[in-house]
Amino acid sequence: MVRKPESMYTKEEIFTLLEKVKDPEIPVISLVQLGVVKDVRVEGEKVFVEIVPTFAGCPAIEMMKNDVVKTLEEAGIREMEVKISYRQSWTTNQISTKGRQLLKDFGLSPPRPFEGELTMEELKYAQCPKCNSTNTRLLSTFGPTACRAIHHCNDCHETFEQMKPL
Amino acid sequence: MQTEAIKDLLYRLADDKIILGHRNSEWVGIGPVLEEDIAFASMAQDEIGHAWSYFQLLEELGETDPDTNAFMRPAEEYHCCHLVEYPIGDYAFSLVRHYLFDMADKVRLKHLSESSYKPLAELAYKIAREEKYHQMHARVFLEQLGKASQESNQKLQTALNEVYPIAFGIFEPTVFSEVLAAERVQPLEDTLMKEWRMEVESFLRNCGLIVPPAGEVVEHFGGRTGHHTQWLSPLLAEMTEVFAIDPHAKW
Repeated sequence: MVRKPESMYTKEEIFTLLEKVKDPEIPVISLVQLGVVKDVRVEGEKVFVEIVPTFAGCPAIEMMKNDVVKTLEEAGIREMEVKISYRQSWTTNQISTKGRQLLKDFGLSPPRPFEGELTMEELKYAQCPKCNSTNTRLLSTFGPTACRAIHHCNDCHETFEQMKPL
Repeated sequence: MQTEAIKDLLYRLADDKIILGHRNSEWVGIGPVLEEDIAFASMAQDEIGHAWSYFQLLEELGETDPDTNAFMRPAEEYHCCHLVEYPIGDYAFSLVRHYLFDMADKVRLKHLSESSYKPLAELAYKIAREEKYHQMHARVFLEQLGKASQESNQKLQTALNEVYPIAFGIFEPTVFSEVLAAERVQPLEDTLMKEWRMEVESFLRNCGLIVPPAGEVVEHFGGRTGHHTQWLSPLLAEMTEVFAIDPHAKW
């Protein structure tokens, strides 16, 4: 990375830099695509980044924060404030279209966008990442990480993980 | 806004969650089926995460850091209700406790999402959505086991008879309750209890269970003011065992 004087970075460039920071538990998707990077501000030479946890109990959030700090430092930024915040809530609706595709390719069923309150029906819905069938059933609302549920495809008989709609 | 009143409320919320989270984690390795082992472990992780967020709000109000606050207080400085302190018992006991607590949490969070104390309202909104998975889990298992066989129904009924009166301790008011209600931070506990009762009683009947009388609910009061069951101190000793070896260790 070519070092630039700090003030030369714009907000957009910071977002581009942060595209490199991947989710430690789902290494195919970046924090930006996941919607975890909530806010970036550049004030003079100082960069402010606000990140939100997916689930409040997500143990990966500290690692995400450290990875953001490291990436900014490597780009030559010396003054920064990286904050974990609940000011704005993360929802799976904020995962980008590209992000959804990456999750699917990874074998993790992406939750479909939903409107309004999260209903029990939405919790049960999942599309099989292998055969695209929606004829699936929820096996367990709890999986290997806080953000994953286990479903089964009635058509191709694949048992798969889904990123829980939130 | 009275900071002391807000702190009192946050301690109640945080301590319920950290203690129940610890209890749920005790199912790791001994669940009746693998999925339930994982479910209770995941719920434990969620509850401890929620506790950590409440402790963060407390830190912003001048209290000590979340780790120290979670692990370094004597039992009488915890504000959790008695319900969360009881040992895990059998699976029926833990399931019924999980249902009754999480439904109370649902009612509480719904109101807290509209709290006049903005940081709490934002956090409650987030936690409320995560808790939907807990509610769904509790409902599915209670309904299925309530109707599965006479044996499973009887086990749940025995657990319910024991747990139900204790659950009313969740709604023990404190000296700050009235000011919190007047300032629209949280409604009175009595309001929350009535909403909770209406919802859980009709659901439990639908599961084929008989709702026991509430009994003398004040017997299960005291937790909010530091008067706990005999179960809390041994739990804290175990929970803080590693932390206490070296409180300043870097993880």
